Amino acid sequence: MSPWLIGFSVFFAYPLLSTVYFSFTKYDGFRPPAFNGADNWSYVFTDYPLFWPAMRNTLWLVVVMVSCRVVFGLGVGLLATKIKTGVGVFRTLFYLPYLAPPVAATLAFVFLLNPGTGPANTLLDAVGLPAPGWFTDADWSKPALTALALWGVGDLMVIFMAALLDVPKEQYEAAELDGAGAWARLRHITLPNISPIIMFAVVTGVIQAMQYYTQPLVAGKVAAGVIGGSGQQLEPGYPDRSTLTLPQLVHNLGFQRFDYGAACVVALVLFALSMAFTALLMRRRGGLIGAGR
Amino acid sequence: MPRTGRLTTAAALLAAISALATACTGRAADSATDDPKADVTLSFWHGWSAPGEVQAIEEGIARFEKAHPNIKVEVTGNMTDDKINQALRAGGDKAPDVVSSFTTDSVGQFCNSRAFADLNPFLHKSGVDKTKVFPKTLLEYTQFKGNQCTLPLLNDAYGLVYNKTAFAAAGITEPPKTWSRFVEVAQKLTKADASGDSYEQVGLMPTFHGYETTPMRLAAQWSPTYFDADGRSNLSRDPAFAKMLTAQKDLVAALGGYEKLERFRSTFGDEWSAEHPFHTGRVAMQIDGEWRAPMAKEAGVGFEIGTAPLPVPDDQAADYGKGYLSGTVVGIASGSKKQNAAWELVKYMTTDTEAVVAFANAIHNVPSTLAALESPDLKVTPELRTFLDIARHPKSGTTPARADGGTYQLTFQDFAYAVEKGGVADITAGLAEVDRQIDTDIAKAE
Repeated sequence: MSPWLIGFSVFFAYPLLSTVYFSFTKYDGFRPPAFNGADNWSYVFTDYPLFWPAMRNTLWLVVVMVSCRVVFGLGVGLLATKIKTGVGVFRTLFYLPYLAPPVAATLAFVFLLNPGTGPANTLLDAVGLPAPGWFTDADWSKPALTALALWGVGDLMVIFMAALLDVPKEQYEAAELDGAGAWARLRHITLPNISPIIMFAVVTGVIQAMQYYTQPLVAGKVAAGVIGGSGQQLEPGYPDRSTLTLPQLVHNLGFQRFDYGAACVVALVLFALSMAFTALLMRRRGGLIGAGR
Repeated sequence: MPRTGRLTTAAALLAAISALATACTGRAADSATDDPKADVTLSFWHGWSAPGEVQAIEEGIARFEKAHPNIKVEVTGNMTDDKINQALRAGGDKAPDVVSSFTTDSVGQFCNSRAFADLNPFLHKSGVDKTKVFPKTLLEYTQFKGNQCTLPLLNDAYGLVYNKTAFAAAGITEPPKTWSRFVEVAQKLTKADASGDSYEQVGLMPTFHGYETTPMRLAAQWSPTYFDADGRSNLSRDPAFAKMLTAQKDLVAALGGYEKLERFRSTFGDEWSAEHPFHTGRVAMQIDGEWRAPMAKEAGVGFEIGTAPLPVPDDQAADYGKGYLSGTVVGIASGSKKQNAAWELVKYMTTDTEAVVAFANAIHNVPSTLAALESPDLKVTPELRTFLDIARHPKSGTTPARADGGTYQLTFQDFAYAVEKGGVADITAGLAEVDRQIDTDIAKAE
């Protein structure tokens, strides 16, 4: 048996088949699994009140947060390749936040965006702008998470910088001779040349967004004021389930309710969604790369 | 490979995986054959983390080890229910033998899944009549369907802790006993800040995210019945729930409204820090457990502290003095191979009056046995006296154990959040939907 087949069987096929198997069983980790047909599937899709809000939030994050991160990362990467002085400081400033552990970064953002005492709202108040509730307001919690994701855009900045520096200079020189402006050069030279990197950023961003767990969980718990205590419990997703994501449901069902069967259903939904998004994007990839040629 | 061959292989693989998964998860039936007189090392996990609490636990264990020289106890603190559950499911040598949990809500799940051994045979073997040792309510929340899989390890009673100095300044002479008086007092104690958009002081932070102000603790004042005789969720049929939710929603409105209060609440720090808003004078009344008054004193607050039972609805004035009860529970892992020795530790911690009193004195909790409640060694301060009386009150209540653990309470809590925010037009209709959800979840967990 080839090493690849062993790795594939142990780390992919077996876990996947087990997940499918357990999704059709009632299993709490103590009593042996008992086949219960499509009960878990029916429960998750029709009776579990957290599923659809989590699905909507995850899709929102996939579309909005990933788009914003790619556009912002590209913008910062472009700036980093263009500015002449202080480029080292600029790159460091944008890269350092990426190194912050997710829990610490989230705690810092909850503090910065605290509606009562945070410096962000103090500043907004001072200039006469409305100060949102951020992590305590269901309408603002996902934009606040997006802001946190943009703050940690250093990884994309580095990747885009490397790609941008690889674009042949003679193409820009020829375009300039033809009278192409900055926008035309960006559209017809830069973007086609780095389209594989953009595709990489989008695909990895989508996968990260599908697995988005720590930041919304920590932000929701801290903003709700439940960070430990004498046995207090809280459904994830504060406020109003707005920070709930599908990976949180896997944890909630599997490791808090100990309903492994239902947790496996959500895990499979997540797997199917990731596969669908990736397949869709990879099909588009051919067109994008073709445009670069 | 021919098509049928591939199908056969796939089916065989699936069957093998199924068999493997089933085999890996099978567990032996509960049995305790170990010799409690043999030399043994027990692993004990608990949730306390504050230095004083950890020290109190260690002192108790040291006394136990002195009395049982053959048993050594390895103690691990700061454990959450999540970690406990994972370790019990994983089993093996590293799993704990004895576990204590802060969350009485998990008891139904612990018992239903057989994560913890039934302690009834151990109680019987030791000649301990549990009904004569523990108060009735505490026995209620430590068992599920006759399976006494945990025992009480200290008790928590919930009442009102208030700032006597702020009361005097507002001309209030005694703590409110009825809900309508409670609303009046809370309003009188509420002061706007200079901007008028926030508060210098609130009489009470009434929202259900305000630390211990949970819907279940407030509902206890209305003496609700969570489940009917058939075990079905009873929230929409018992008017207590709708009355409590309406009263709470009105209180939120009377103190400035949900958004303004939540914005103020977001300025609060950690519940367990010295900067708790009650300590700093930003909140004049706090719905809390018996630990709050001593914690405030330890934080060096500059005002006098009073304690009282929570107010009752106006039409239940005769029942003033009741409150919500819960507490820490302790059990023996069903996978432990040292259950008889583990029982010696559990018996000592939960039934030995001297041990229970010493631990209660050390961490300012309400004792969990009838004998300890009456013990002359119990350090009873005027503040603690209130909570001891709540614990003894015949109409004090708790939340019943269910197969889904605390999930039914979380469903109710989520609905309560929506009500206090003003997002529910018809509370009774909403509670009917909560009933349906609770019944579905419990049926799935059983």
